[in-house]
Amino acid sequence: MEATFATHGTLPPKAQGNTPRSHGCPDPAEYVVFDRVQKSYDGLSLVVKDLNLAVSKGEFLTMLGPSGSGKTTCLMMLAGFETATHGEIRLSGRDINLVPPHKRGIGMVFQSYALFPHMTVAENLSFPLEVRGIAKPQREAQIKHALDMVKMGAFADRRPAQLSGGQQQRIALARALVFDPALVLMDEPLGALDKHLREHMQLEIKSLHERIGITVVYVTHDQSEALTMSDRIAVFNDGRIQQLATPADLYERPQNSFVAQFIGANNSLRGLVEEVKGDRALVRLSNGELISATAVGVNAKGQETSVSIRPERVEFKPELMPAGAHTIDASVIDTVYMGDILHCRLKAAGNDNFIVKMRNTLGQTKLSPGERIRIGWHPEDARALDPI
Amino acid sequence: MAALLEVTTADGRPLRVALDAARGRARLRAMALVAPLLIFIVITFVVPIGQVLFRSINNEGFAQTAPNLTAWFDANPTNVAPDETAYTALAADLELMRRNRTAGAAGTRINDVLPGSRSLFTSSARAAADFAAPFKDAVLAKDARWADPRVWHAMRTASNRYSLDYYIIAADRQRDADGRIVSVPPERRLYVGLFAKTLWQSAFITLLCLALAFPIAHLIATVRQSTANLLLILVLLPFWTSLLVRTSSWIVLLQGQGVVNNVLVAMGLIDTDHRLKLIYNNVGTIIVMTHVLLPFIVLPLYSVMRMINPAYVRAARSLGASSWTAFRRVYLPLTLPGVAAGSLLVFILAVGYYITPALVGGADGQLISNMIQYHLGASNWSLAAALAFILLAGVIVLYWIYDRLVGVDKLKLG
Ligand SMILES: Nc1ncnc2c1ncn2[C@@H]1O[C@H](COP(=O)(O)OP(=O)(O)O)[C@@H](O)[C@H]1O
Ligand SMILES: [Mg+2]
Repeated sequence: MEATFATHGTLPPKAQGNTPRSHGCPDPAEYVVFDRVQKSYDGLSLVVKDLNLAVSKGEFLTMLGPSGSGKTTCLMMLAGFETATHGEIRLSGRDINLVPPHKRGIGMVFQSYALFPHMTVAENLSFPLEVRGIAKPQREAQIKHALDMVKMGAFADRRPAQLSGGQQQRIALARALVFDPALVLMDEPLGALDKHLREHMQLEIKSLHERIGITVVYVTHDQSEALTMSDRIAVFNDGRIQQLATPADLYERPQNSFVAQFIGANNSLRGLVEEVKGDRALVRLSNGELISATAVGVNAKGQETSVSIRPERVEFKPELMPAGAHTIDASVIDTVYMGDILHCRLKAAGNDNFIVKMRNTLGQTKLSPGERIRIGWHPEDARALDPI
Repeated sequence: MAALLEVTTADGRPLRVALDAARGRARLRAMALVAPLLIFIVITFVVPIGQVLFRSINNEGFAQTAPNLTAWFDANPTNVAPDETAYTALAADLELMRRNRTAGAAGTRINDVLPGSRSLFTSSARAAADFAAPFKDAVLAKDARWADPRVWHAMRTASNRYSLDYYIIAADRQRDADGRIVSVPPERRLYVGLFAKTLWQSAFITLLCLALAFPIAHLIATVRQSTANLLLILVLLPFWTSLLVRTSSWIVLLQGQGVVNNVLVAMGLIDTDHRLKLIYNNVGTIIVMTHVLLPFIVLPLYSVMRMINPAYVRAARSLGASSWTAFRRVYLPLTLPGVAAGSLLVFILAVGYYITPALVGGADGQLISNMIQYHLGASNWSLAAALAFILLAGVIVLYWIYDRLVGVDKLKLG
């Protein structure tokens, strides 16, 4: 854990093609490596385009992306159910492209759980141990340990159909862990659970990971799940990793507009770059205002850009406005009640879906539709990204 | 505690009564909807089968053609040897048969249990007009076989309205001179062997069908939907042509000068003087019946396999199982409902199959149904009915055993 946070925001060094691979003591930062991996199902289009990714030992890495972005495909290639069309996948320094799935020793939790319906819970857990030829007393000890780990010790003799979704989920987890794999893959394992159970299981999986020190590659399309659980997140879109970073980095310093839009709520303002100086850019918004933003996806005058500002960093009360804030005019469209917070939709600088978040406190100002206000943010909180 | 509050509906009616009323209407409507089919099945299935069963044990024919003998049998118990009064009745009945031309029918009835006795009736009846007292001497003078106690046993049982004679015949048994049931001589044993052959051959065909259908059903269940539809149509294609045409096309393929033999000869695998005998024998029956019955096992297998989430096998593989272990311990058990249903269907169809053995079976490829058909054609309805009923009972017993072993509730037909 500490080791991963120490590499805060930096990518593990990419494997060099000419580095001799030491099979004896592989680099723990390169426990799982995707090296220029491409995948095509139909020979016409690439589902995974040039994937380079290194997962370090003990890390909890999440692949996050919209449906169809190629996450499952990557996981299936790692598990051995799909072969990479091009490139190399290495596990502990060993190329595993030709290793069949059952020899990879990777635990896997499926979205559908895939608990064998004709076996009891205990038999399900016993299966990976039996195929490994482990003797019965040892098997029973390991099954008990794994069931206790997910607090399901009392359910050993039930059939999967007699368990609730959350219980099945735990059993699937226990089955993937019972044979002590060093690497566990999970493909949207919580997708079928209701919100409460999902949040509860997120924490349990996270604490399990910390307790037993396994490496986890986790797939989800739920950004809040990714932010809660991961050491690092790889944001997928269109078969490519858009950004690979820690949750905080990803949220606060998105590298492109896709990531800014996909993670959390985002306000984007379109404009043209007037000037780039160091890491600052001056952007002329569509309503003619000139604002300063952190230059991320722009580097020259005249480029189109989309400036990203998080709703919670936008202020509209003059007394709370941060020093040096940039302010612009806005008019209120409506306010959406969300319980703990209120979403106020504004029309500002050509964007008529500009969101401001207000806490639902006792004396909170009521904004009525049509009201004209002045909103502002600190220039540090505006990021000039690639145009959408 | 007895005065429990009864739950009532909003308008005060007891809840139970209201529920029953609501359900009763729905039940009535459901009954009305299934009634036509129910009536149809009763008329076209239950009643005829009952009649067949009745036929197998009922034989009024002899009692009607030989009323005097029937009266004598009723008056005299089994152990009484036929005396002059008996022969008087016999002579009177033979004269009746001559006039009514029923000697053939009566002879046939006795001939069924005592082969060779039909001529006894027809020839004696022809001479019946000349019989005079004492009748015993007259009849015996015409044909000494009338003294055979087996003839009198046969006539006595035949004069009963109900008898199990035909079941005795169907079991390759007969009554000896003392009326005991014994096996017929080996050269005349027919039905038991044929039943056994029908059963094992059906089991063999079922196994062949299963072995052929499993991979194709798996393929159809795992390819893209559009390809799967095409393959399913191909599987069902045989149903689009007449069974007769399909069977005949097998003759074209398998006969001595047929396609298969010609190809084998052309390839030099066999020489032309030793062409394989693939049809008009058991081999032909097995090949063609396997082909005809194949779709009946592909469909239930496919419908079960299609519902098996591919994640199960993947999970097994990721847990360390080789592809064979994953198949044996995970995939195969999950297909069992389809295997069970398809096998049962094919087996039961095969046990009763008639057209294919009749067309391509030759002399040794005949099954019990062909024998049933033969007796129906020869107007020996009672024996045909007895054979059919034994077949039905056998299948029901097998079904019961099957239910014990596999569990019918596990069947999945589609
Ligand atoms: N077995 C397959 N055959 C053909 N195309 C596939 C197959 N599996 C996935 N795809 C395609 O690959 C793309 C990525 O799918 P997937 O990896 O499942 O995405 P994700 O898991 O991110 O939703 C999708 O466009 C999907 O249609
Ligand atoms: Mg997926």
